[in-house]
Amino acid sequence: MKICVLVKEVPDAAVEKRLNNSTGRMDRSGEKNLNPYDTHAIEAAMQIREGGVAPVEEIVAVTMGPESAVRALHKAVSLGADRSVHLSDEAVAGSDVAATGYALAQTLRRESPDLVLLGQQSDDGECYTIGAVVAEHLGMPSLTQVIKMDVETGALRCERQAEYGYDTVQVSLPAVISVGDAINEPRYPSLKAIMGAKKKPLETVGAADVEIDTSKVGGENSAARWIAAKAPPAKAAGEIIEDEDTAETVEKIVAWLDERKLI
Amino acid sequence: MTNILVYALHYEGAINKNSLGAVSEGAKLAAELGGEAHAILVGEGVPQDLAASLGNYGASKVLVAEGPEGLAQPVVDAMGAAISGGDYKYALFGGGLLGFEIGAGLAARLGAGVAMEVTAVRAEGGELIAERPILGDSAISEISYRSEVGIVIGRLNAFEIKETGAGAAAVEQLSFELSPHASQAKMITRGEQRGADVDIEGADILVAGGRGLGKAEGFQLCEELAGAFGNNAAVAATRAVVDAGWYPYAAQIGQTGKTVSPKLYLAAGISGAIQHKVGMQSSENIVAINKDSNAPIFEFSDLGIVGDLNKILPKLTEAVKAKKG
Repeated sequence: MKICVLVKEVPDAAVEKRLNNSTGRMDRSGEKNLNPYDTHAIEAAMQIREGGVAPVEEIVAVTMGPESAVRALHKAVSLGADRSVHLSDEAVAGSDVAATGYALAQTLRRESPDLVLLGQQSDDGECYTIGAVVAEHLGMPSLTQVIKMDVETGALRCERQAEYGYDTVQVSLPAVISVGDAINEPRYPSLKAIMGAKKKPLETVGAADVEIDTSKVGGENSAARWIAAKAPPAKAAGEIIEDEDTAETVEKIVAWLDERKLI
Repeated sequence: MTNILVYALHYEGAINKNSLGAVSEGAKLAAELGGEAHAILVGEGVPQDLAASLGNYGASKVLVAEGPEGLAQPVVDAMGAAISGGDYKYALFGGGLLGFEIGAGLAARLGAGVAMEVTAVRAEGGELIAERPILGDSAISEISYRSEVGIVIGRLNAFEIKETGAGAAAVEQLSFELSPHASQAKMITRGEQRGADVDIEGADILVAGGRGLGKAEGFQLCEELAGAFGNNAAVAATRAVVDAGWYPYAAQIGQTGKTVSPKLYLAAGISGAIQHKVGMQSSENIVAINKDSNAPIFEFSDLGIVGDLNKILPKLTEAVKAKKG
């Protein structure tokens, strides 16, 4: 079995995220890291490999993004991927979700994976939908927010929480599965794995290499157009108490609740 | 004509509340655009009267397609067929897990633009413009569509349910072909309830616990505090801890759980992710205790306490008990 894991670099959680007001796009400068949700997808791939039910020949990390995205691939490799593929092309910059999903699907197509895994959402765009877009382009079944995955012959038995409780769904391979963060506890990479990550094969491809129709990608060609950004209606900031003396803190909470007749 | 096709999720003979909101919103927007709102239901033997009841929320026609329930890709096939054989400019979803999956798949199928987590939509010059909060709701972006069909996926509870009193809608059977990949996923069991059946929707006071409780036993602190408040209080939980098996699914707040608006929502060890926020943000008073001063929940709480809940909750329980005498 060959598993491709889609990863993404995102601004570090400690960096304040902001918009570029002239383009309406996310300002993606500043410190970057691997999207924390993606580490669960890599861990899920590792657990399938280690589980031994189906032999895993290869785990390939795949990303799309500027040059700096290589760092997310190095992190993915340090967590267990065998090699990585980086789609980097000016033509895809600024693509919306639908165009990004198409570009990633084209990149994946060349790898012919048996399973595509990804995290439930990205830490910056808060978008949970890329898996469904990729699956549609690849003509594969897909499921998002999967929290348990068992390998069966030619299929996966997946569990997830949906609108009315927990669903168990059998999905035939090849498939695109986005995993929820409850699926596993990602391991920490060893120092040796971190040091060795840069030596693992990393292939950089352009739009032409993976046969992307460039009239379908990029900010100008995306079907959803960001026309403006505005501030949300102002909401009075809540009161904040830093707990230094807990007895005093509790007294303040009780007074606050009492004032509002909540006790 | 500028018609809008609205997806309506149904389960065990009832339409999902978010879908009713989406149908209401679709009807309002279609009227502004000079068209009609049609709804679509996909399932096994969907009752005619259930479909027709969407007329009460403004749908002038309801399409019913026979297909597997609870999975997104068959609905993509059905909506794709409806849109290619009809006169639709927009597809609208009320949010939720399936809404996101179907909307995204449909966007890929049709080469359509998609906006998700949408909190408001307006008609302007014969087009729809969707508003989507971004960056932890600190900004709102506006999105328009270049494609022939535009897809709008609402945020949970964003669209208000409005009964028009228009009566039953015309119901039409829609036939469509299941694509090969849509038949590659099979529902084995659906809607399994895990854990005890607890009732949190009637409570005036909810003490909610999240991952910050550290372990399943941490919920005891929440239960003791709820107990101190009395009979009108209950304990609720986040998706993360329910998935971890720390607390029953029936007590879960948010995207795939309950939506509540108690007089007091006291969140302990909850970071305040969007998926949680959508289920509790209309609570009258929100109090949050979290050791991380950067937790998003402090952005929308009325009283925030930065500190260790293991120290604060037991003392607060004692103080509430003392106050109540």
